[in-house]
Amino acid sequence: MRYWRVPPGVDIDARALMVGLVVVLGAMIVVSLAIGRYPLSLMTIAETLLGRHDPSQAGATAETIIFMVRLPRIATAIMVGAGLSIAGSAYQTVFRNPMASPSLLGVSAGAGFGASLALLFHLPTLGVEAAAFAGGLAAVGAAYLAARSVRSNSLITLILCGMVMSALFQALISLVKYVADPVDTLATITFWLMGSLAKANAMDAATVAAPVLLGGALLFALRWRIGLLALGEQEAASLGADVTRLRTIVILCATAMTAATVCVAGIVGWVGLLIPHIARMAFGMEPGRAFVATAALGALFVLGVDDVARSASAIEIPLGVMTAVIGAPFFLFLVMRTKGEQWS
Amino acid sequence: MVVTTALEIVDLCFRRGAKRDLTLDSVSLALRAGELLVLLGPNGAGKSTLVHCLLGLATPERGQVRAQGAELRSLSHRDIARRIAYVPQSGYSAFAFTVEQLVLMGRTAHIDGIGSPSLRDREIARRAMSDIGVDHLRAEPFTQLSGGERQLALIARAVAQDAPIIIMDEPTSSLDLGNQGRVLALMKTLAAGGKAVIMTTHLPDQAFNLDARVALLRGGRLIAEGRARDVCDRESMSRLYGAPLLRLEDAEARGVVAFVPELF
Repeated sequence: MRYWRVPPGVDIDARALMVGLVVVLGAMIVVSLAIGRYPLSLMTIAETLLGRHDPSQAGATAETIIFMVRLPRIATAIMVGAGLSIAGSAYQTVFRNPMASPSLLGVSAGAGFGASLALLFHLPTLGVEAAAFAGGLAAVGAAYLAARSVRSNSLITLILCGMVMSALFQALISLVKYVADPVDTLATITFWLMGSLAKANAMDAATVAAPVLLGGALLFALRWRIGLLALGEQEAASLGADVTRLRTIVILCATAMTAATVCVAGIVGWVGLLIPHIARMAFGMEPGRAFVATAALGALFVLGVDDVARSASAIEIPLGVMTAVIGAPFFLFLVMRTKGEQWS
Repeated sequence: MVVTTALEIVDLCFRRGAKRDLTLDSVSLALRAGELLVLLGPNGAGKSTLVHCLLGLATPERGQVRAQGAELRSLSHRDIARRIAYVPQSGYSAFAFTVEQLVLMGRTAHIDGIGSPSLRDREIARRAMSDIGVDHLRAEPFTQLSGGERQLALIARAVAQDAPIIIMDEPTSSLDLGNQGRVLALMKTLAAGGKAVIMTTHLPDQAFNLDARVALLRGGRLIAEGRARDVCDRESMSRLYGAPLLRLEDAEARGVVAFVPELF
């Protein structure tokens, strides 16, 4: 999917672009540390990070803010962004469908249902994560099987089936909320579902980081082979790929990554749809480059959006609301720009 | 003993569902290295099913397919792909791989599980592109090529796959006459280079043009086999396609014969 071409004679070095992305992400992290209800100067940040802050009250406050509040939140945002984007890109390739994404396939809602059910029964973090994974897997599996039994090659069919699953699991989430104890459990589930990183702590960062890093590493290792799946089952098999095993691995990884993001950040839509498109647009289809660009752009996007969500107004705007407000119009713009040529 | 038989099909039967009739009924064929076989047959004769069986994508009910002496059923997809390359009908692609990336994918069977193409693979892919004449399209997205260019890119991919047997499914079906000629000439070159090549087509004249062996498939059965000039006469072609045909021949056509439907 190439929306524009590099003019002839201009050779943009891929490595330079990569370095550029990393530098921008680093700068973004510093900015995110600085801004907020309690602004910190770059000097304070540098001193605190190097462990040389002044022993005054202000220094101790800065240390608390950076290490207990902002760093965990930044790490969580980066992992959520990278995880959702890589998962979206993986789903798009496996299902040969540029419109596939964790939320449109129903994975996010399925994982949300699994997680809220686990919260209802007061399961520990690991249990919540496992339940989210199981719910997400059930949703994407059901959507895929439903689309397959319709026997239509249209890209829309899978998306429709995904939306059906999404609606079903949203209803089940409502059911869980309905039966939840209004004194404690209901509030927990409701706030978490809004999709906010406001309470992200080091534990959350670790919860999301483990599956995202593990799944991401596996998908990165298989990146070249995964591209074959975009050719379709029979063509990939005739080239010598073990399609069933490859597809299973990719779906398991992408679903685990999505479930992990849902566990800490609730249902955050649009990221997994938009970012892979932008990455392919700007960096092409070369598997390694596309992967790194997808992860970095996803991290940048969610980090930036979360910065706005927590500092734009006196009350926090839920992250999921922000990504939708930015994502929906941008997506329409993309569709108009490509004039739908590769979508039918 | 030197194995000269590249591909051997023995008594192949295939059934789509237990209660259905046989889609392929006792098909037997053998193909030597350097030989070109044109598979002719009306729609629904079982050509595509046969191709799928030859690629190991469909499991026959009975019979065997042996590629260079090895039974396909005992081989992994990877081992099959090292023996048999497939050129699909140039179809749809949701993602804009460049021609070079697409041709590189032909190297899949030679690359380990989590590996990426090596420099040698890239070199082989580049040579395949220049052999087929799609070098200048290297950086073009596959989705923006014309039908003929797509077909050539897919053939280059099969060449990069470096398998002794190449199977082409209606490689000229959506091409204009100029591109048809280009693809047929390439097939001749590939066969002359020692590949065993099978193609399916709806145009018997291509078999004459290639001076190839033909196999006529109808209702899942192999009804005739031999050199085009011996097998393809007006009567046999009319019977194969179940319609009255006219046979066109020109003194200057160097033995190429074409068939066209007779209208009422």
